[in-house]
Amino acid sequence: MKFSRLIFANLFRKKIRLALTLGSFAVALFLFAFLAVVKKAFTGGADLANASRLVTINRVSIINPLPLSYRDKIAAIPGVEFVTHNNWFGGVYQDERNFFPQFAIDTENQRKVFPEFVVPDDQWNTFLKDRQGAVVGARTAKRFGWKVGDRIPIKAPAYGGGAAWEFNIDGIYHGRRAGDDESQFWFQWDYFEERMPANFKGLAGWYTVKLKSPDDALRVAKAIDADFANSPYETKTDTESAFAASWVKQFGNIEFLIMTIGSVVFFTLLLVTGNTMAISVRERTGELGVLKAIGFKDGTVLLLVLAEALAIASVGGLLGLGLAFLAIPSLSAALNGLLPVLVLSRSAIAGGIGFSLLVGAASGILPGIGAMRLRVVTALRRV
Amino acid sequence: MVSVNNNGHSSALIQVRGLNKTYRRGGEQIQVLQGLNLDVDKSDFVGFMGPSGSGKTTLLNLLGGLDVPTAGHISVAGDEITHMSSGRLTEWRARHVGLVFQMYNLIPVLTAYQNVELPLLLTGLSKAQRRQHVETALSIVGLADRLHHFPRQLSGGQEQRVAIARAIVSDPTFLLCDEPTGDLDRKSADEIMALIEELVAKHNKTVLMVTHDPLVAARAHTVLHLEKGVLVEASKSRQNVVAGGAA
Repeated sequence: MKFSRLIFANLFRKKIRLALTLGSFAVALFLFAFLAVVKKAFTGGADLANASRLVTINRVSIINPLPLSYRDKIAAIPGVEFVTHNNWFGGVYQDERNFFPQFAIDTENQRKVFPEFVVPDDQWNTFLKDRQGAVVGARTAKRFGWKVGDRIPIKAPAYGGGAAWEFNIDGIYHGRRAGDDESQFWFQWDYFEERMPANFKGLAGWYTVKLKSPDDALRVAKAIDADFANSPYETKTDTESAFAASWVKQFGNIEFLIMTIGSVVFFTLLLVTGNTMAISVRERTGELGVLKAIGFKDGTVLLLVLAEALAIASVGGLLGLGLAFLAIPSLSAALNGLLPVLVLSRSAIAGGIGFSLLVGAASGILPGIGAMRLRVVTALRRV
Repeated sequence: MVSVNNNGHSSALIQVRGLNKTYRRGGEQIQVLQGLNLDVDKSDFVGFMGPSGSGKTTLLNLLGGLDVPTAGHISVAGDEITHMSSGRLTEWRARHVGLVFQMYNLIPVLTAYQNVELPLLLTGLSKAQRRQHVETALSIVGLADRLHHFPRQLSGGQEQRVAIARAIVSDPTFLLCDEPTGDLDRKSADEIMALIEELVAKHNKTVLMVTHDPLVAARAHTVLHLEKGVLVEASKSRQNVVAGGAA
């Protein structure tokens, strides 16, 4: 572009101001990227949810259990392909800060209902034969340096007075898709049931139902809840996506919170950069008058100002996104598994670039129009 | 040859007929130029003198298409510019007018080369062609060795030379110089005037110059006096400049 040298020279006219404006963009885009990954971490479950799966919990709350006898009744409902049940363990490995989710699983149906979690067959077979066996997600294994063959003690404050349960790591699973939760720890239902106090036996935390067709979701959900209506353990069945969304809602309206913070960032950045561009243009009124006097058209002057604003926005934005890309894995690790893995997705990067360009264009447009409308004679008087 | 107070057709390069310019300041109307006529032929060098507020710069702005008259007509090389749209006038200015200002008006963040190149960015010339034109223009003004100097690294006289190079680089039809020596010492002023004379004599440029300095004005072929918006006197008149006013 013929005018690139002029744009570049104008950008570097006030180096400290340029650095501060770039810094504003970088910080804002870093925050934007961070908010985007946190939002994704909260809502990603709903995005990744399988349309062919339903989750059945106790109508009162997920804390309340359901009888194990429901399994066969649910499996008998037309449209149901498989049913599996899980229970929350809530154990502590070494320190309470080392949080990761642990589930007692139904080994017969786990892999049929959750095919996205891949365990090598030899490891799975070892697990099936080992009453104290466990399969752990790759992320958690990496976090604690576990490998197949390790023996892990996990204290169970909720069951058995907090005594340590011993587990053998028999396998490590991986998710098929980016974002699949690789933090879970599975162990055998039989081991769980064996060590449960008597009043916990014969109860499941929740059921996950794999449907033959996603088109049956509403009908089957209604059928399940109808079957157990007016019983001591009434059920509430939702699609996995709706269940994940309602789970997130327990933390409050995260999306609204993130949108609010994002909007504040957007408008603050817009005001800062808009003011900077306005000052920058006002300082150069005389020079803009000279450009127009020697033949630069109004539209060209507008484009020059816009190009400066967009250049600052692009560089500052990419800087912020680059910093976020480097920092987010560390932030994710620092969260100690409180959130699923934080991933700066391509769509978040594209959104960040779009956000930068939008703010850049918005901050440059008014000063640009002002420059465009300058009368040459008036501008030249300000030299 | 054009007659004094000509208000009819002529073959002059620049023809001004019945030019009026009125400003409104508060509730008051100020008539800066009053029915001014002027014919200037190619390769002439006209100096405009007059007290402050007499309308010299306003006349220059109107001739250069930087401002529009309240009434009257300006024709340059057959182009009637008074009725042009703002966009067309800008294009016309880029092709036909070279501007030299008292304060040089260089872009401080660009080198001499880049400042001179600015008008050429609006043309379809290639980078190599632009380089050739810029180097030629800077050679004409004697600054071929200062291509990559920034304005702050040049003396006032050198800055004005760069400004003149910028004015001539696109080979315009005429040059408008508004107090070109107003900010210079006598020696530098002499050098700049020698350069402008050379542009007229060697390169056949037409120059219209506003000045307060009688010594500078004396270098022009013709000196016209503006008083209260009217061209009241023509001195050192040669055969190809005829001026007058309605008053």
